[in-house]
Amino acid sequence: MKEKINLTINGRSVTAEKGMNVLEASLRNNIYIPHLCFHAELQPAGACRLCMVELDGQRTTIACKTPVEEGMVVRTESPEISETRKVALELLVADHDTDCLNCVQNTKCALQRVADHVGMNLKRLQRLKFREEKLPVDDSNPFFTFNPNRCVLCGICVRTCSEVQGAEAIDFTNRGSEAIVAGFGAKPRIESNCESCGECVVRCPVGALTEKDYERPTHQVRTVCSFCGCGCGLFLGVRDNRIVSAKGDINSRASQGRLCVKGRFGFRFVNHPERLTSPLIKKDGEFVEASWDEALDLIVEKFSRFKGDQFAAISSAKCTNEDNYLTQKFTRAVMGTNNIDHCARL
Amino acid sequence: MKFSDIKKSAEDEWHALQQGNVPLIVIGAATCGRSAGALGVKKTFEEEFQNRGIQAEIVEVGCLGPCYAEPLVNIIKPGGPNILYKNVTGKIAVELVENYIVNDNPLPEYALGTLGDSKVDGIPVLMETPFFKSQARELFRNSGFIDPTNINHYIANGGYSGLAKALEMEPAKVVEEIKASGLRGRGGGGFPTGMKWEFCFNAPGDEKYVICNADEGDPGAFMDRSLLESDPHALIEGMTIAGYTIGAGKGYIYCRAEYPLAVKRLRNAIAQSKEKGFLGENILGGKFNFDLEVFLGAGAFVCGEETALIASIEGGRGMPRHRPPFPAQSGLRGKPTLLNNVKTYSYVPKIINRGADWFAGIGTEKSKGTAVFALTGKVTNCGLIEVPMGISLREIIYDIGGGVSDGGEFKAVQTGGPSGGCLPASHLDTPIDYDSLRAAGSIMGSGGMVVMDQGTCMVDVARYFLDFTQKETCGECVPCRLGTKQMLNILEEITEGKGKPEDVDQLVEMGEAIKKASLCGLGQTAPNPVLTTIRYFREEYDAHIQNRSCPALLCKELISFRIIPEKCTGCMICARACPTDAITGEKKQVHVIDQSKCIRCGVCLEKCPKNFLAVECIAGQLSEGEQ
Ligand SMILES: Cc1cc2nc3c(=O)[nH]c(=O)nc-3n(C[C@H](O)[C@H](O)[C@H](O)COP(=O)(O)O)c2cc1C
Ligand code: SF4
Ligand code: SF4
Ligand code: SF4
Ligand code: FES
Repeated sequence: MKEKINLTINGRSVTAEKGMNVLEASLRNNIYIPHLCFHAELQPAGACRLCMVELDGQRTTIACKTPVEEGMVVRTESPEISETRKVALELLVADHDTDCLNCVQNTKCALQRVADHVGMNLKRLQRLKFREEKLPVDDSNPFFTFNPNRCVLCGICVRTCSEVQGAEAIDFTNRGSEAIVAGFGAKPRIESNCESCGECVVRCPVGALTEKDYERPTHQVRTVCSFCGCGCGLFLGVRDNRIVSAKGDINSRASQGRLCVKGRFGFRFVNHPERLTSPLIKKDGEFVEASWDEALDLIVEKFSRFKGDQFAAISSAKCTNEDNYLTQKFTRAVMGTNNIDHCARL
Repeated sequence: MKFSDIKKSAEDEWHALQQGNVPLIVIGAATCGRSAGALGVKKTFEEEFQNRGIQAEIVEVGCLGPCYAEPLVNIIKPGGPNILYKNVTGKIAVELVENYIVNDNPLPEYALGTLGDSKVDGIPVLMETPFFKSQARELFRNSGFIDPTNINHYIANGGYSGLAKALEMEPAKVVEEIKASGLRGRGGGGFPTGMKWEFCFNAPGDEKYVICNADEGDPGAFMDRSLLESDPHALIEGMTIAGYTIGAGKGYIYCRAEYPLAVKRLRNAIAQSKEKGFLGENILGGKFNFDLEVFLGAGAFVCGEETALIASIEGGRGMPRHRPPFPAQSGLRGKPTLLNNVKTYSYVPKIINRGADWFAGIGTEKSKGTAVFALTGKVTNCGLIEVPMGISLREIIYDIGGGVSDGGEFKAVQTGGPSGGCLPASHLDTPIDYDSLRAAGSIMGSGGMVVMDQGTCMVDVARYFLDFTQKETCGECVPCRLGTKQMLNILEEITEGKGKPEDVDQLVEMGEAIKKASLCGLGQTAPNPVLTTIRYFREEYDAHIQNRSCPALLCKELISFRIIPEKCTGCMICARACPTDAITGEKKQVHVIDQSKCIRCGVCLEKCPKNFLAVECIAGQLSEGEQ
């Protein structure tokens, strides 16, 4: 148990854990403070400046960079704070491609949440110059798209890539209002050392990084990734009896919500028209579709001729543990050999 | 070698040079002197001496400050006076050799003044001339006198005595001395230096760093460059004392790559300092080890901000990070780091040498010592000046600067570079110190001071500085990245005659929000030029927006050209010169400018013969048909 800290937020006495920052403490206690660049799994950057709060009735600072202290008195709203936030929000909105209905993040977007809470001075907003020319979209990665016109430069993807994935494939490039997130030398992502893990995509708080061909599932099924022996926890999204999405399971002890490129983006083979769904038997040099009974009979007949050390089995990492157990049991007990191996890598 | 022996032999060398038996020619050859032609002048002297078979000594020194008089050349004939010549060209150099070196006519018409105790008829004593009289050249005492590539010149003039003295003191005592001096950071913020040193001294850990901020990115500022080029050892000595005091073994000088001469002189000085045992292992035979490295910045203004600077040395993108933690707690590579400006460190040896009281005796109650400014703009004598804190803006501009140039009328003075503000004539008696300038809405900054006359449009000035900050923001935080751009856009529209009545209010609202919300000092100060010009020159904004008129006659869209019928003789010169055929009129008939065709290039005004002067430029837009 971490040490408990007592503080007051907006007149309410709340508790937090030592080491938390004021933003975390506040969110944990269901007090919303507008924020864009904070992500619970990453080091706070203090870049969006929306989470400003008043401390002990005097100094204004940002919540995500202020560690909680015993007896601290925090005020998350004041006329001054809300005016400052409004200006910041108006600036973000003028710079943003607000075609929300065409964005997969619609209703889930952090910018919408901020806008909903903070509000805008429309007259002031209208005086701002909206971005006229759209920046080119980076769709070089086969699995996801980066649309800089929707990016709020919160840097969450940059920190994810460095802190979570350790790939450091992307960073801020260019100066000032020209700044964007890109691969080294402002190159498209496919030319960077991006591993396509998609960790940045799941963390992007707005619709700037989105999965290609995304469909929202109607329900999700909790399962384990079948690609390798790591056993990452997974929620597969299902729609119209097809797998349409994969999401890491934060409660999986093996993976704690993380996935690699295969687990996250490699589910489409399941519905692929060329996938084998019934056994094929070679007859007169041609593969011919057969029933399972027919196929198993053929295997029994052929295997019976090769008992003992003439026989060897190689199992697949894509099988479940149970299947693999059965395979070695069958090899040793039925076929009478220890020649059993496994391709524990894929 | 003992320090006293090193000092003795350096002094011998220095005196031998000063009292040599051949003429000594001292040429100001910092970047400023060089760009004015100092190296060509040097070559002419060399050739003249060779052709005439004259033995002479030629030495390059740094910068003395009066930019308007560059190239500067000092001539000391054996036993003769020390005369400083101004604006020396190749031709003047030849004349000086012929008339003064060979014969004995010192050509007073070319002289700026005499130095030291020398008196020559017809030549003023330099330090009594208006440009120098009110100055207090402490930091720049050596600049323009010693050869910056020769460590012995520095030692002979008191150099490294501060280090020798500091090494005899307890580090805590050094901290006390700096605190007692009242020295405040010269990088712009004015943070008490002694306190910063104390934080670093008290910070736990045996790995600490000393960093010098020599990034100097403000447009128009060149004080640090000048000091590095003219007296690089002062910085090295100051940083070494700092290293000893806080317990650091390594220091970095972060210098912009656009300062090649400064970098060269620093590297040379570091090598010489090591050779003499003032840097490296077992400094002056003791147990203290300290090494220095020059790190080149790539010319981003924001890299002058201390946390961005540290990120840059670490190999990252130069982006500031939120403070606290301050570098003194967690700086370079997460270690306690002392970061100060070039001038701040360069004061340190002098304070140690002459005592905190000496330093605290100069200046005002809260701002001690001297302030260094790069005085430019519409001022008669521009240059680098060092004045005691507390002197008024008026004394600087009118006494030292010689007033507004070309008989112009004073309108405003801008201090603090792009983070500063513009002060009007009513603030001319503001004393120069951190707090008074801040109260007036400007800042001391790193020392830029731009004088503006009636031909300066204050909206345009605000636009100019915002254009700079807008290009230089790192892009990390929302208010600065997007806000400066939007404010710039509104200012641009105002200068183009597209301003809206609510614009001034909106600029103030956005400016205040950007100041409050930005992450680093760049964004926190970027709106200052806009806010101060609105505060002091509101009527100029109103003229632009409401009357579509630029009183300074600068914003093209808000001025008009008009032919005065009473003066026009119908010579047709302007009509022929007009690139858009906007001027019509028969020969010997009054001409008329068609305002809808006029692009306000001003060619007509330029071309109208001096004896007619029939074209005038007026503020505001003339409607069609209006004359
Ligand atoms: C945008 C920006 C640019 C800066 N540029 C410089 C600079 O060029 N030189 C400098 O010494 N300080 C600069 N500073 C101030 C530094 O962050 C820092 O405060 C200073 O170097 C500390 O030294 P001092 O205490 O000796 O003043 C800059 C600050 C900001 C916000
Ligand atoms: S997909 Fe993974 S490796 Fe690629 S940029 Fe995003 S976080 Fe980095
Ligand atoms: S792509 Fe998304 S996560 Fe990355 S900086 Fe932009 S908004 Fe933030
Ligand atoms: S204030 Fe400007 S320069 Fe400073 S961190 Fe923010 S965007 Fe970067
Ligand atoms: S969430 Fe704190 S600054 Fe962005």
